[in-house]
Amino acid sequence: MTESPNLVAFTPERLEKVKEIIARYPEGRQKSALLPVLHVAQEQWGWLSSEVMDYVAGILSIEPVEVYEVATFYTMYHLDPVGKHVIEYCRTGPCCLMGGEDVYGHLKNKLGIDAGETTSDGLFTLKEVECLAACGWGPVFQIREQFYMNLTNDKVDQIIEELSK
Amino acid sequence: MEEVKPQLLKITFDGIEVEVEPGTTIMQAARKIAEADESQGHLVPPAMCYYKPLPVSGGKCRACLVKVSAGSAKDPRPMPKLVPSCITQVQDGMVVENTTNQGVLDTRKSIVEFLLINHPLDCPICDQAGECHLQDFAFEHGSAKTRYEEERRTFDKIDIGPHVQLHMTRCILCYRCVYTADQITDKRVHGVMNRGDASEISTYIEKAIDNDFSGNVIDVCPVGALTDKTFRFKNRVWFTKPEDAHRNCDKCCGKVTLWYRGDEVLRVTARKNTWGEATDFICNTCRFEKKNTSEWVLEGPTKVKRSSVISANKYRADLVKKPDFALKLAATQYKKIDDSRPYVTDEETIRQQSIENNDKANHRSLLAKNN
Amino acid sequence: MARKILTEHINVPGIETFDVYRKQGGYTAVEKAIKTMTPEEVVEEAKKSGVRGRGGAGFPMGMKWGFLAKPEGVPRYLVCNADESEPGTFKDHHLMKCIPHLLIEGMIISSFALGAHKSFIYVRGELMYVIRILEKAIEEAKAQGFLGKNILGSGYDLELVVQPGGGAYICGEETALLESLEGKRGNPRNKPPFPAVKGLYQSPTVVNNVESISNMPWIINNGGDAYAAIGIGRSTGTKLISASGHIQKPGVYEIELGVSVDEFLNSDEYCGGIRKGHYLKALVAGGSSVPILPAHLITKTANGEDRLMSYESLSDGGFATGTMLGSGGFIVFDETACIVRNTWNFSRFYHHESCGQCSPCREGTGWMEKVLHRIEHGHGSMHDIDLLVDISKKIEGNTICPLGDAAAWPVASAIRHFRDEFVWHITHPHEATQPGAVYMGEMALV
Repeated sequence: MTESPNLVAFTPERLEKVKEIIARYPEGRQKSALLPVLHVAQEQWGWLSSEVMDYVAGILSIEPVEVYEVATFYTMYHLDPVGKHVIEYCRTGPCCLMGGEDVYGHLKNKLGIDAGETTSDGLFTLKEVECLAACGWGPVFQIREQFYMNLTNDKVDQIIEELSK
Repeated sequence: MEEVKPQLLKITFDGIEVEVEPGTTIMQAARKIAEADESQGHLVPPAMCYYKPLPVSGGKCRACLVKVSAGSAKDPRPMPKLVPSCITQVQDGMVVENTTNQGVLDTRKSIVEFLLINHPLDCPICDQAGECHLQDFAFEHGSAKTRYEEERRTFDKIDIGPHVQLHMTRCILCYRCVYTADQITDKRVHGVMNRGDASEISTYIEKAIDNDFSGNVIDVCPVGALTDKTFRFKNRVWFTKPEDAHRNCDKCCGKVTLWYRGDEVLRVTARKNTWGEATDFICNTCRFEKKNTSEWVLEGPTKVKRSSVISANKYRADLVKKPDFALKLAATQYKKIDDSRPYVTDEETIRQQSIENNDKANHRSLLAKNN
Repeated sequence: MARKILTEHINVPGIETFDVYRKQGGYTAVEKAIKTMTPEEVVEEAKKSGVRGRGGAGFPMGMKWGFLAKPEGVPRYLVCNADESEPGTFKDHHLMKCIPHLLIEGMIISSFALGAHKSFIYVRGELMYVIRILEKAIEEAKAQGFLGKNILGSGYDLELVVQPGGGAYICGEETALLESLEGKRGNPRNKPPFPAVKGLYQSPTVVNNVESISNMPWIINNGGDAYAAIGIGRSTGTKLISASGHIQKPGVYEIELGVSVDEFLNSDEYCGGIRKGHYLKALVAGGSSVPILPAHLITKTANGEDRLMSYESLSDGGFATGTMLGSGGFIVFDETACIVRNTWNFSRFYHHESCGQCSPCREGTGWMEKVLHRIEHGHGSMHDIDLLVDISKKIEGNTICPLGDAAAWPVASAIRHFRDEFVWHITHPHEATQPGAVYMGEMALV
C-alpha cells in the first residue's frame, strides 16, 4: 500500500518536468498546468492526498479549493490510497458486447474484490471506468499507461499472475 | 461633446412591447415590464441560479427557458431551442414567448420535477420556507405528485464556519455561493466537488469559511442549504417582521433588514429587491453580532411583495397565480373555499395577529406535550 | 481498393518516425503551404474541400475557420480535440498511435491558416502512451525545423503543446475542453459567445477533431477540389469508421463516404459480416449517442433505397427511421445482444459522465439510469416505458451542451424500435433476468 506522503515535495527530476509543463502556457495562465501536474503528482505518490493537492496549489499559485474541485471532477485521479496496480476496467456497451461482463466477473473472482476495493496484499485495486476508446479490441482494461486488449479469462489469469510476481 | 444616447432595442415579450438598452438580457427586459406594471409580475421567468449581483451566474438551472419566436428584426427566424432568458441578450425586434407558450410552461414543469428529484420535501422543518425560491417555483409551476420512486441523495449537515450551516441535501447546485465567494472575498475555500448528480458544495477537507463576508452565502442561497445558525429554528420567517435599518460600519455599507419578533431582532440580512436579490452585500459583524435595536437606526418597515407569505401571513389566493393542478383538484375533490372574509391590511394588526396566532400554536403544542 | 487519404501509409513499418513518414511524402504539404501559399489560400482550400467536422457534429471545417474573429493584437488559438471518449469510437486513438506525424503536419498547416502561434492537442488522459508518442513526434518535427521559431525560414513561429485530460467524456464538448485546458472543471460554457469569438483564455479559438485536421495535408497536396470530388454530395472525402461489436473483423476502416452500409458491413474489405452463425439485430452507426436502428432499417432506408455511409443517407427519415453518422462509431449487435441491457449500459455512461451543471441533465440522466436498471433487473412496470420517453423528451434540447441530447436519443430510439423487448422484460421478469437472456420475439423471423 502506498503510504500517505509525509514529506510533500516533487523529486528534483519531476520538479524540473513540472517547471517545463508550466512554461508551456502563456504568462499568467499557469493554472492550465493543473491537470498535467496532477498526473505527475499521481505518478510520484500513487494517489492525491490533500497535502499533495495543497502542494500543487502552492506551485501553481492557485487556491487549494481549485485543485480539489478539479481532482474530484476527473475520474483518473485517485483520491484514496490505491494498490500497486490499479486495474481500470472498461464497463461500457461495446466491451460488454465482446463478453466484457463475463471477463469482468472472472477478474473479480480471481482477485476476490469488488470495484473500488484493494486486495489485502495491496497489489491490486479494481476500478470500473467508462469507455477507453478501444472498443474494437474489447474487452479492455488499463493498468497505468498500458492497455490490455482482447481479454479472455485465460488472458486475465496470465496478466494477474505476471503482475503478482 | 454631446452625449450619444445608445440606440434602444425593441422586444416583444408575451405580447408586451418594451424598449431596452443594448446588452440587456431577456430576463431583465421582462423584469422591466413588471417593474413598470406590478400586475405583470407573473410574466417574469423564474430564476433559480441567476442572480444579477453576480455577473457570472445564470444559465444552469434552466428554469427561465423561454421561446424566441423571432430572433430579431433583421433575422426573424425563430431560435430552434428554448433559450435561457437570464443570459440571452435582446436583439432589436426580438419576439419572446414565455407564459403564452405551452411548450415553455411544460418544460418549466419538468424543471421543477428535476430539481425536486434530489430535494427533500422538508419545508415544514426548513428555515428557508416562506422565502424559498424553490418553494415558490414548485408552487407556481410544479405538479402535486412526483413520479420519482428511487432513493434520494442525502448528506450530513455540516458547519462551515461558526455561523453558517451547510445542509447539502437541500442544495440545487446553482453555484451562487461559489460565485459570491469568488466575487466578494479574496480567498475562496468552498467549491463544487465531484460531478453529475454526485456534485456537492464542500470545502473538501474540514475547513471553516472564515472571512468578514462569508455570511452572504446565506442570502444568495435560493433554498435552505446554507442557513444562519444564529436564526436556526428561532421562528418561521412569516411570523417575523422585516424592518429596514442602517448603522455606520467600517467594513460594509451597513444597510440591512432587521427581522423582528416582537421587540427582539431575530436575524439580520442584506436588503433584497423585488426579485430576492441582495442590493448590497453586508459583513458578518452586521449580520451576526448586532442584534439589538439600539445598535441600528431604523428606517421603517421593509416593502414586501404583497404576494409573499411574509406580508400576509399566508398565501393570499387572490394574489397568487394558481397553478392548474390546484384548480382542477379543488374543483373535483374539495368543496368551494370561502374566500370572502375580509383581509386585514393594517401592518400593526397583522403583526399582532401573527404573534397571537403563533403563541396560540405554541400553546397548543405545549398542551399536547404536557398531556 | 477504395481510396485512402489518412491510412494510405499506416502499415508502412516505422511510419511513426519522422524519417519514414518524410520518405512517404510527409511534410511536403507544410512546405507547400508555408512557402507558396497565404493563410487565406489555405482556408480557401479547406472550404473548397467541404470536409466536415469528424468529431460528430459534422459542421463544415472551412466554414468554422471562416468564423474565427481576428481582432488586432489578440492571440488566436487552434485546439485539436483528441478527447475521443464516445463509446464505440476509437479511430483517433488508432490514427495518433500509428501515424502521429500526420496529425502534427495537419496541425502546422491549420495553425498557419488560422494565424495561431501556440496550438494545443488535448488528448484524453487515459491515452498517456499516445501522448508520449505525439510528444516524441513533435520533438522530431522541431529538430527538422518544421516546428518552433521561423519554420522553414518563413518567419512563421508555432509551438505545439500536448495536453492530457483527466478522465471526463464531457471534455469532448469543445467549450468543456477549453475549460479543462484552462485547468478547471470540465463544465461546458453557455453559448454565445462561441469559441470563435471568445475561446481559450477568452481569445478567438478554433477547436477541431483529430481526423478533420489530419485531412489537411492531403487537401493541400491535392487541392480542396480533389477532396470534394471524393465522396457523395455534401459528404465529401473519406471517413474513418470504428467498427466494433458482433462482426467478423472489428477495427478502424477508412471508407469513401457514400459506400453502402451493406457493403461496409458485409464485404471482406471491411467488417466481414456478422460473426458466424448469427444474424444482424441492430446497429448504432455513429457512436453511442446516436439513435439505434433495428435490422430492417440498416441497409435500406424506410423508402427502400440503399442506405449509404454518408451524413445524409444515414439521417434519412429523421429520427423516426434514421440515425446519424456522428463520430463514425459503428457498433453492431447480433441477436444475442439484449437491447434493454445495452440501453441501461449507455444510460449509466451518460449518468456517470454528466458534468452536473444544468438540472435536466444532472437529474434526468440519473433518473433514466435508475428506471432502466429497474426494468433490466425485473422490477419494472409498464408505465416506466412511457416515463422514460417523457424524461428523455424533457432533457433533449433543454441543456447547456449536447450531452443531454446524447443521453436522451439512445433511450428514446431503443424504445421506439424495440418497445416489445422492454415490454417483455417487464412482463417476464424472471426469464429476462437470467444470465444471457434475450428477447427473441419477432427478431427470430427476420
